[in-house]
Amino acid sequence: MATETHEAAEHAAEAMNGAHEAAASAPGMPQLDFTNWGNQIFWLLVTLVVIYFVLSRIALPRIAAVLAERQGTITNDIAKAEELKAKAVEAEEAYNKALAEARAEAQRIAAETKAEMQAELDAAVAKADAQIGEKLAESEKAIAEIRAGAVDSIKDVAKDTAAEIVAALGSDADAKTVEAAVAARMEG
Amino acid sequence: MASEAHGAETGGLVFHPMDQFIVKPLFGGDEIAWYTITNVTLWMAVAVLAVIAMMVLGTSRRAMIPSRSQSVGELAYGFIYKMVEDVAGKDGLKFFPYIMTLFMFIVFANFLGLIPMSFTTTSHFAVTVVLALLVFLTVTIVGFVKNGIGFLGLFWVSSAPLPLRPILAVIELISYFVRPVSHSIRLAGNVMAGHAVIKVFAGFAAIAVVSPVSVVAITAMYGLEVLVAFIQAYVFTILTCVYLKDALHPSH
Repeated sequence: MATETHEAAEHAAEAMNGAHEAAASAPGMPQLDFTNWGNQIFWLLVTLVVIYFVLSRIALPRIAAVLAERQGTITNDIAKAEELKAKAVEAEEAYNKALAEARAEAQRIAAETKAEMQAELDAAVAKADAQIGEKLAESEKAIAEIRAGAVDSIKDVAKDTAAEIVAALGSDADAKTVEAAVAARMEG
Repeated sequence: MASEAHGAETGGLVFHPMDQFIVKPLFGGDEIAWYTITNVTLWMAVAVLAVIAMMVLGTSRRAMIPSRSQSVGELAYGFIYKMVEDVAGKDGLKFFPYIMTLFMFIVFANFLGLIPMSFTTTSHFAVTVVLALLVFLTVTIVGFVKNGIGFLGLFWVSSAPLPLRPILAVIELISYFVRPVSHSIRLAGNVMAGHAVIKVFAGFAAIAVVSPVSVVAITAMYGLEVLVAFIQAYVFTILTCVYLKDALHPSH
């Protein structure tokens, strides 16, 4: 290990010497060898001119056109979308308006129908009332008749009963006296 | 190369963290003239192809509902467009293609540089200095064209007390001219340092005892470098926008 490092150090020292020799024989930095500057500058200018023409004549106008076209398309699309949105809003408004109108109409019709029905109902009720009144009068009359009939019947029954009772008691009663007595009792 | 030969001789611990940045001709020869096709040319061409693949081929369907690749292109477009608009203002949008070019180049160069064995073009000061100087010149020219002599108002801090203003003007002037320096060194420095550190850890991996630690360290550094690759491209771009804003609206 120790020998290895020693060798390495020797190699390094040799290499350093070599580097020194190389530095002595050739310029340390090729960048500072001015003999080839003319060559580099010439080819650099050629390169720059070629790149400049390629870019300014072909590439840059083309990319600019593509970008402008894309921007235009995007702007158009956005405008179109906004137009459609406005149309949708308009349609919604129209729909709402129609809905409100329809609702008002429905309410009006309902009210009318209700009023009509109310009128019909009132007429029917009035008619029914009249009929009921008529029937009532008739019934009262019938009842009065029946009542009158009943009083007469009671008189007959009472007369007969009274005559029977008097006969049963053993006394003879003429019809006139019994009749007068029943009438007097019933009056009372 | 001398250093490589030396490394092969010793066969031990070899550090060549900067070799990955050497500019080499692709088709033989050692001479590098200004037109020579080198690994720089190759990786810049790959970056161009990557930009075309993402921004042109990816968006070729022009779909209203984007595919994944188209989304990425649109995302990059929107990201930089918004940045320019927010930072530099509406009138800065004229410079949008220019700023987009810078961003796309840097971000692809940074990410392509993270492919093992690739070459990172943005790690070279030659590249970043030119990028920064282009921004500096553009901003300065635009500032004077737009505002005339009023552009110098950028250096005259009217909100400060009068005796302080000349001193502040000197400081502002220095900071203005340091901009391209910091702008370029920040990008190249970050990218180069990360790649070099990874390479150093890779050198340590040759020692069996420390190689697990080294591999873990490489992995961690790589994750960090992925972050740095994007952040440095972003920083370069947003600083460009800030400088542009100064040129368009020089009043503080």
